[in-house]
Amino acid sequence: MSENQLRDAISEAIKDNDVILFMKGTPEQPACGFSARTVGVMQALDVSFASVDILPDPRIRQELSGISQWPTIPQLFVGGELVGGCDIVMEMYESGELATLVGAEDGAPSAAEDVPTGPAVEQDGLLQPENRLS
Amino acid sequence: MPSADDIKQRIEAALPDASAQVEGADGVHFQAVVTSSAFAGKSRVAQHRMVMDVFAGELGGSIHAMALTTKTPS
Repeated sequence: MSENQLRDAISEAIKDNDVILFMKGTPEQPACGFSARTVGVMQALDVSFASVDILPDPRIRQELSGISQWPTIPQLFVGGELVGGCDIVMEMYESGELATLVGAEDGAPSAAEDVPTGPAVEQDGLLQPENRLS
Repeated sequence: MPSADDIKQRIEAALPDASAQVEGADGVHFQAVVTSSAFAGKSRVAQHRMVMDVFAGELGGSIHAMALTTKTPS
């Protein structure tokens, strides 16, 4: 796949998936603490999301950052727009903005509620990165 | 290598009525909390970009990383 085809595939994935996370590793096996924390937030909100592992091919990260003009990984997109990386996602989760943005049923996290840590991602509708970007 | 105070001054000089609290003693990793009225009505990504743009070309190079929190004055 050429760089241009890769870039088109990434753009298409962002457009076709309402919530998509570009990360290091997979939701089941994140390869970086920032990606793991971002996945944890999405699971706590109980929203289904597509994910793409950027590690298998360095060009994925290069083309993604070219599209998003954002240097770091992870990158969360909702409705085709870059929401941010780990720090922004955490902050918006804590303020309840993220729940509103992704249409999660749970509102802001309550202090009494434990954030689930186990894998809780639905497989249905989950983009398989190896199918999408290889 | 820039000090935390250098970073603070550059942010405050570049953004309208910004105030920045910057930490980071090793000269390459910084944590900044930036408040500016220029952030009003902008997405967080846009707010972060405004700060990152101050250090364009240095982030990822001489400045390894900057953890950023942006706020609008309340």
